[in-house]
Amino acid sequence: MLKVDNQQYFHSVHLMEDKCKGCVNCIKRCPTEAIRVRDGKAHIIEARCIDCGECVRICPNQAKIVVADTLNELNGYKYNVALPAPAIYGQLREGIDPRLVMAALLSIGFDHVVDVAFAADLVGKKIREAISAPSEIRPFISSACPAVVRLVQVRFPNLIEHILPVLSPMRAAANIARNQVAEKTSLDLKDVGVWFISPCPGKVSAINEPAGTGENTISGAIPIAEVYPLIREKINHCPEELDRIVADSKPGSGLGLGWARSGGENQSIGGSRQIAVDGIHSVIQILEDVERGKLSDIDYIEAQACVGGCVGGVLTVENSFITRRRVRILATESADRLDGVLRDKIACEALENEDWFRHDKPIEPRPTLKLDDDMATAIRKMEQMEKIVEDLPGLDCGSCGAPNCRALAEDVVRGLANEMDCIFKLREKVRQLAVEMMELAEKAPPAMGHVEKKAEIENAIGEHSAKAEPDTNK
Amino acid sequence: MHFVFEVQGGDFNKAGDASSKVKKILQQIGSDSAVVRRVAVACYEAEMNVVIHAHHAFVTLDADINQVMIVVEDEGPGIEDIEMAMTPGFSTAPDYVREMGFGAGMGLPNMKNCSSQMEITSRRGVGTTVRMVFDNA
Ligand code: SF4
Ligand code: SF4
Repeated sequence: MLKVDNQQYFHSVHLMEDKCKGCVNCIKRCPTEAIRVRDGKAHIIEARCIDCGECVRICPNQAKIVVADTLNELNGYKYNVALPAPAIYGQLREGIDPRLVMAALLSIGFDHVVDVAFAADLVGKKIREAISAPSEIRPFISSACPAVVRLVQVRFPNLIEHILPVLSPMRAAANIARNQVAEKTSLDLKDVGVWFISPCPGKVSAINEPAGTGENTISGAIPIAEVYPLIREKINHCPEELDRIVADSKPGSGLGLGWARSGGENQSIGGSRQIAVDGIHSVIQILEDVERGKLSDIDYIEAQACVGGCVGGVLTVENSFITRRRVRILATESADRLDGVLRDKIACEALENEDWFRHDKPIEPRPTLKLDDDMATAIRKMEQMEKIVEDLPGLDCGSCGAPNCRALAEDVVRGLANEMDCIFKLREKVRQLAVEMMELAEKAPPAMGHVEKKAEIENAIGEHSAKAEPDTNK
Repeated sequence: MHFVFEVQGGDFNKAGDASSKVKKILQQIGSDSAVVRRVAVACYEAEMNVVIHAHHAFVTLDADINQVMIVVEDEGPGIEDIEMAMTPGFSTAPDYVREMGFGAGMGLPNMKNCSSQMEITSRRGVGTTVRMVFDNA
């Protein structure tokens, strides 16, 4: 498990200071305005960061990195289970059977594999049941993408009750895995490593800091990008070895696999009053609408932070447009496997186990907008902030290190920045000072030899003497 | 605390901007999330009414620790029969607006439900003013 240092919240996205050049690309792109540039380096405001990976994607200097587990961690356990995210199957060239990928995972050091797509098949069924039950709450929001869950906690705390309390396929897969291992071996569960093969930093953080579930049943997350070369190698060079293992694996159906791309989750749930939205900035727009009560005729929102869904996660390797197509083809080819999956003995047992699919802990809000704990003070700060905003140029250029003028004003009233951080304000101030200096200079005593002044004085003296001696010129 | 936002009639693209800003301000001063939600919904409905029916409006937000007040003052055709307009399902929105999914006649009843006090005054051919008060507990 990753070390959690003295942060309030766990984050997998970190900054490599020496690579950061202090450009403003990341602050402009961050959906929660969680980044500021100070002293030439980016700083992440921890409480606001939702680990969506947008800054990792946008940084031109590769200064934002994702800290996750590595395959080395497997050595600390007697038995290791891999939970591959469905997005992994789209990474490999067309025509590769998911079972081969599962077998490859077994051959690179894992002892058991539970396909997250298989869990997704079961979760899909649970979601359908949950949303067809009568409820005041509409629409429900999927809890599958942890970046979206965090976004709701941080920016839309009013919508927490809309998050459907059905666990993500990753969590359900872990519960299934624990049970299977207990049946198969006599090992103590603390000797069993359960590893999610992750497409994104969001999942890494969600594992270390679960939302909606009290007990963490996952040991850590290993990036898809880390296992990818090894799996590719195995598939290309040791096909016979894999053929021998293949029989043992239980892959999900095409519908389960489909969760890797935007729209796949809805397809697996079935029904028509659902929408799928991908890309964190589009998700924000939709959540705004939900908050306004606009989407009450929709049952379910499949919301994914990455464009295209998990195939677009920052810990994947292939271009997401290509993987989206591959996943679609794979999903169609094995769509009918769902029947098989649902009739499967393991699946039936799992489905009976309600606890494996339900949130057992409320998701807590993490509001970060409040200007002060005392409302009267917050109101005063708000008024002050408005005055500052009016005074700023409104260019939203980001040169001050805040993503826009309003954010700078907010930082000022929070005592974290200064109005003069705005380069335009500073320039104005410098000009003013220059004018004042000029004026001061003009007030310099004549003894210092101020030319114009001297001339003036001489003139005045001249006139005076002219008046004093009116007769001399006659 | 006093804020004023402008809303343009017919500008469906910007519809919702004022209520989003109101929402954020209330979150920033630390209003309870249920209050934020009620104000946001009511304010959005009012804003939509302006976009659908009126030419132009000012939305003002006044808040202190006890209450939040939203006043939407529009220049527009006014409401002919306020009582009728308050009936759920009654709507004078044109067809094209209904096709966009708005104007279902739930705006005013919704606003009334969300607020703890609501007053409407309207003059035909001049405009309508809606005043809504919410407890800011
Ligand atoms: S869409 Fe998928 S890959 Fe992207 S953040 Fe969400 S869970 Fe991770
Ligand atoms: S105009 Fe000034 S305050 Fe606004 S973003 Fe640029 S530097 Fe910051």
